[in-house]
Amino acid sequence: MASLWEYANPVKFMRLSNWLMPVSAVLAAALIAVGLYWGFFLTPDDYRQGATIKIIFLHVPAALMAINAWAMMLVTSLIWLIRRHHVSALAAKAAGPIGATMTLIALITGAIWGQPMWGTWWAWDPRLTSFLILFLFYVGYIALWSAIEDPDTAADLTAVLCLVGSVFAVLSRYAALFWNQGLHQGASLSVAPGTRMDWSYKGPLYLCMIGFVLLFVALVLAGTRTEIRARRSRALMTRERARA
Amino acid sequence: MPDLGTYATEVLLAYAVSLGLLALLITWTWARSRRVRRDLAALEARVTRV
Repeated sequence: MASLWEYANPVKFMRLSNWLMPVSAVLAAALIAVGLYWGFFLTPDDYRQGATIKIIFLHVPAALMAINAWAMMLVTSLIWLIRRHHVSALAAKAAGPIGATMTLIALITGAIWGQPMWGTWWAWDPRLTSFLILFLFYVGYIALWSAIEDPDTAADLTAVLCLVGSVFAVLSRYAALFWNQGLHQGASLSVAPGTRMDWSYKGPLYLCMIGFVLLFVALVLAGTRTEIRARRSRALMTRERARA
Repeated sequence: MPDLGTYATEVLLAYAVSLGLLALLITWTWARSRRVRRDLAALEARVTRV
């Protein structure tokens, strides 16, 4: 079996992602379409939350990916800092806008859901606040990549920012448990014994969650391929300028 | 269309905003990929000509 490190080679990464990206994209589209159709049209209303329970099929997968995108950026940033593999730095860069969008979707759908259930769009609740800070970290991360011209320096500084922001990614996940206060509930899904959610909701929710993971994979692969090409363009332009 | 009762506005708004943002992200990723690939192809053609 090929070592994972082989894919640090841009040529091998491009070859792998050339087929993996469309496969992930098609699977993601199919799972999200089926999950959302099932969730929106076929699930019953919740006895307390009514039809607003249908927001869960977008809110939870988006929140899941908001945190896990940062976790992926943390791993690839560490690989960059330790082993200096350019593909890993470019993969982290590609994940930034995707994670930011997922965080924004989680924040907006949470606010829309919160208004009728909690009576307010927003509260300075531990989980909501840590998610907002996570979103600001995403914005800062994207801005830092754009602000620095030298790609290696940008990769170094954004990797450090990613390490710092990881605190808020962890807080976003566990804030409701750490402080045990605020409006936001704890985990909806759990491997612990005892039924928390009926399968009529769990089924479409799992489909949407897997679909969002695959959508993230497809978009990161597409974004990384673009960044590799952009990097090659910059190298060619520099060589051309040096020749002139 | 299911009966969303008194929460129809909230549910539909949540779906519209989320799917709209996802569509924007996918379109931006696709458009940027096309632009960078086209620019690289043009650059490579110019470099090999020289």
